[in-house]
Amino acid sequence: MLNENDMNALLITLKLAFMTTVILLIIGTPLAWWLSRTKIKYKFILEAVIAMPLVLPPTVLGFYLLVALGPKGPIGELFQSLGLAPLAFSFNGLVIGSIFYSMPFVIQPLQDAFKAIGKRPMEVAASLGASPIDRFCTIALPLARPGFITASVLGFAHTLGEFGVVLMIGGNIPGETQVLSIAIYDHVEALEYSQAHLLSGGLLIISFLLLMIIYATNKKFSVGRS
Amino acid sequence: MSIDFRFKIQRDEFCLDIDQSISSSGVTAIFGASGCGKTTLLRAIAGFEFSKNSFLKVVGNIWQNDQLFLDAHKRELGYVFQEASLFPHLNVQQNLEYGLKRSGQKDSKNLEEIINLLGIRELLKRRPCKLSGGEQQRVAIARALARSPKLLLLDEPLAALDDERKNEVLPYLEKLNQKLGIPIVYVSHSKEEVARLADYVLILEDGKVLAYGSVSEIFSRIDLNLSQKDDRFCIIEGTIIRIEKQYNLATVGFDGGEIIKTANDFKIGDSVRLKIKASDVSLTLMKQEGTSILNILKSKILSISTLNETDSLIRLKIGKSILLSRVTKKTVSQLNLFEGKEVFSQIKAVVALR
Repeated sequence: MLNENDMNALLITLKLAFMTTVILLIIGTPLAWWLSRTKIKYKFILEAVIAMPLVLPPTVLGFYLLVALGPKGPIGELFQSLGLAPLAFSFNGLVIGSIFYSMPFVIQPLQDAFKAIGKRPMEVAASLGASPIDRFCTIALPLARPGFITASVLGFAHTLGEFGVVLMIGGNIPGETQVLSIAIYDHVEALEYSQAHLLSGGLLIISFLLLMIIYATNKKFSVGRS
Repeated sequence: MSIDFRFKIQRDEFCLDIDQSISSSGVTAIFGASGCGKTTLLRAIAGFEFSKNSFLKVVGNIWQNDQLFLDAHKRELGYVFQEASLFPHLNVQQNLEYGLKRSGQKDSKNLEEIINLLGIRELLKRRPCKLSGGEQQRVAIARALARSPKLLLLDEPLAALDDERKNEVLPYLEKLNQKLGIPIVYVSHSKEEVARLADYVLILEDGKVLAYGSVSEIFSRIDLNLSQKDDRFCIIEGTIIRIEKQYNLATVGFDGGEIIKTANDFKIGDSVRLKIKASDVSLTLMKQEGTSILNILKSKILSISTLNETDSLIRLKIGKSILLSRVTKKTVSQLNLFEGKEVFSQIKAVVALR
């Protein structure tokens, strides 16, 4: 079955996907809410920036992140001056890379879900005495639940399949930064097809199950149903 | 006491510019064609439309002035939208309790009364999506009332309903007026609804106030173009003073005389609002004897105005009340009608609005 290396790669991949999703939900929720409500003229610039990873080759994103996170890059220098461990070729670096890489997959479903609620339920809640934070928590969040399920699953699943960005900024250090997709690549290169089959098949099934969850739940709780 | 406001709100091509004081008792209808600013005014009162240099005082409490803009959630009001807009993730009971919980009162007696008033007890455990349009709107009204607001704002609550559902909700709206001691501001573009529900009417045109007054005063004004001029009517308010059971007739006493109408379920002492169509009022110079018409009232012509090529609209004074009569221009000249002349008004039909 799985050797120790493959097991480590699986654990690192799951940990990376989980952390990335949680962090993205925390920063993505207020950002998506703001994007869905703001009337400022130039929000499309920010929307385009967030959507960049959808079209950019992951190696390009990975390359710039490597430059930024490396010891001579702005973020890398900042970390060094603070006496923190360098980010390039570390697990933390992978998390930062994945956050950028998977951001549109979390922000966009949330933004769409918040937008679909419209302003009416929020006005009703205000007229019933609910403060802005109160009505966000008691009305907007529950009504956007399908959006949160979609955002979480897409963010998680997309990070699972990450390859190019990881390779650029994380390298391929077994037990540290080697994720599943890279382990599969190594097995194929070494002509270890049975190992590659095992990992690929596993990833295929996980991805399929996750997407099935999205479609099943979104059928039950469509956004904005009255 | 009154509700005083001054709003100047500019939105794209439209400008709401209003400085008005309205009564804080009974129902005030905001009436006008679509796009005249009715809803904008209501939203401004609710605090949904921010505007500078505005003023709003509701029964002694200042909600808005040059220094202050009270957020919507700090204004003690109930707002009912055109669509019921119930929270889909909460059941009826939870919808009702949403506002109550945030009002800081634990008066479940009031909630019980409201549930009974709107007849929604059997709906409490249901989800909004399982309710009919009329039921949803009744729950929405109950939800707005549950927190015991100081002011109730209704934005065309019947407009999204078909006629059958309208007639289902209307009686509850009429009860509100009698049961609640709070001012109600009701936006409507339906003359019939206004005639039935309102005590006062504020007419808007292009974001400005065209007229304000009691419902009978507004409907008797012939300078206001309330709708197609053909179905003009006036409103007379009075009290049942006599009932003739054997004929199923009731006599309504009003400021200026008496009018006989069908008794049906009315009791002595009931207050009634009568609608009299201008086309149902004919004029004679001398009191007719031996006529089938029961209601013949001595009246004085206040004004004569042209309605269309053939007809004139005549405003008549009976005591302190105003009656409208529609007669042909030929009649006006043959009977030699002029302002100040005394005539007899014959009323062919009377409809009780409530």
